[in-house]
Amino acid sequence: MDITAIMYPALSIGGLGLLFGVGLGVAAKKFAVPVDEKVEAIKENLPGANCGGCGFAGCDALAKSVASGESKVNACPVCNADQVAAIAAIMGVEAAAGEKKVAVVRCKGNNANAKIKYEYTGLKSCLDANLVGGGPKMCQYGCLGFGTCKVACSFGAIEMVDGLPVIDKEKCVACGACETACPRAIIHILPESASYHVNCVSKDKGKDVKAACNVGCIGCGLCARQCEVGAITIENSVATIDVTKCIQCGKCAEKCPTKAITNLLNK
Amino acid sequence: MNLLLLFIGAVLVNNFLLAKFLGICPFLGVSKKIETAVGMGAAVTFVMGLASLMSYLVYYYLLKPLHIEYLYTVAFILVIASLVQFVEMVIQKTSPALYSALGVFLPLITTNCAVLGVAILNMQKGYTLLESVISGVGGAIGFALVLVLFAGIRERIEDNDTLACMKGLPIALITAGFMAIAFLGFQNLI
Repeated sequence: MDITAIMYPALSIGGLGLLFGVGLGVAAKKFAVPVDEKVEAIKENLPGANCGGCGFAGCDALAKSVASGESKVNACPVCNADQVAAIAAIMGVEAAAGEKKVAVVRCKGNNANAKIKYEYTGLKSCLDANLVGGGPKMCQYGCLGFGTCKVACSFGAIEMVDGLPVIDKEKCVACGACETACPRAIIHILPESASYHVNCVSKDKGKDVKAACNVGCIGCGLCARQCEVGAITIENSVATIDVTKCIQCGKCAEKCPTKAITNLLNK
Repeated sequence: MNLLLLFIGAVLVNNFLLAKFLGICPFLGVSKKIETAVGMGAAVTFVMGLASLMSYLVYYYLLKPLHIEYLYTVAFILVIASLVQFVEMVIQKTSPALYSALGVFLPLITTNCAVLGVAILNMQKGYTLLESVISGVGGAIGFALVLVLFAGIRERIEDNDTLACMKGLPIALITAGFMAIAFLGFQNLI
């Protein structure tokens, strides 16, 4: 067998490859684009889940944003304190630990409390149920209880108990996926330290709320009058507690006639 | 005269996209906006022109003398892949905006069958160096022309009230089909 039949192809194609490789190497030097190593270093300290909780398209996008100074070093809500400290070290700034936030469900309309309009036998999804005449619950603003939030949570922090989502505070990283998923906008991401919440978002007048649910906010305003720091506002027949002003005294919860205000820590 | 006919043939009659149906991936992927389509068209023209030139040289000065013409597929792909890497570097340096707009479709020019197709076609038809380059550049210009036309149509369809089931790719493919039928009109031009 003619040895050249193997040698020629191997050498020629190999030589061609080598030639092109060298050419590309030279071109790479000439057309080099400066890469910020900070971006790489920061990326290593991010969880890599690409959950989007920071508001960016993914961990890559956030790394770029932090490196350019556009975002704070604790912009990622999923990072633990060590990771934030590492990112802060890379950026050369003091690490300020971000306040731990958690998802809060502002509704207590579970199967026992909330009354039903009709028997719903459709798809067991809040999004779909909401389309069918506003859902089976009499309250048009309350939790539908089919668990679209649970499906949205990629950290397994939500369990459906008796038709109401229960957030596991240990697992919740406050990424905001449930907040976006809920068609009734019942779930909010709030600081964990703020423990008092009005568990109702119903804009219905008091009489209608009472007819629809045992524990809804009727907008009576007793809580607002009790509050010494003016943290409670009543708008559209529903009370909201401003978490930045609240001093956690609990007077509002005592006075509430429907027991719509609860203390998260005692739940 | 012959070269002019060859050029027109490559652009209109034997259009790579609408007559040969090669290179559909960037056709559908980069045609959402006219500026990106123009950028992609320019990149493909550069690659196809140079690829025709270099594959001619490799075929006639390396493969033929050593009687290893059967390796033309490997050699052509080597040439095309290196060229596309080079074009990527140039674009990343000169226009980062275009680079991120083209995204993954820029390295996908390597696997674009239109580029390999033009190299192989040139070899099969036995074109001279000048004819190969003109065929390559012409084919690329035809590709770019149809790409920009398609992008223009797609931009308009964006604002139209398309049926929900047809939105996006389905209506785009139907449009492409109509364009292909329209281009049939060029069939016996030369």
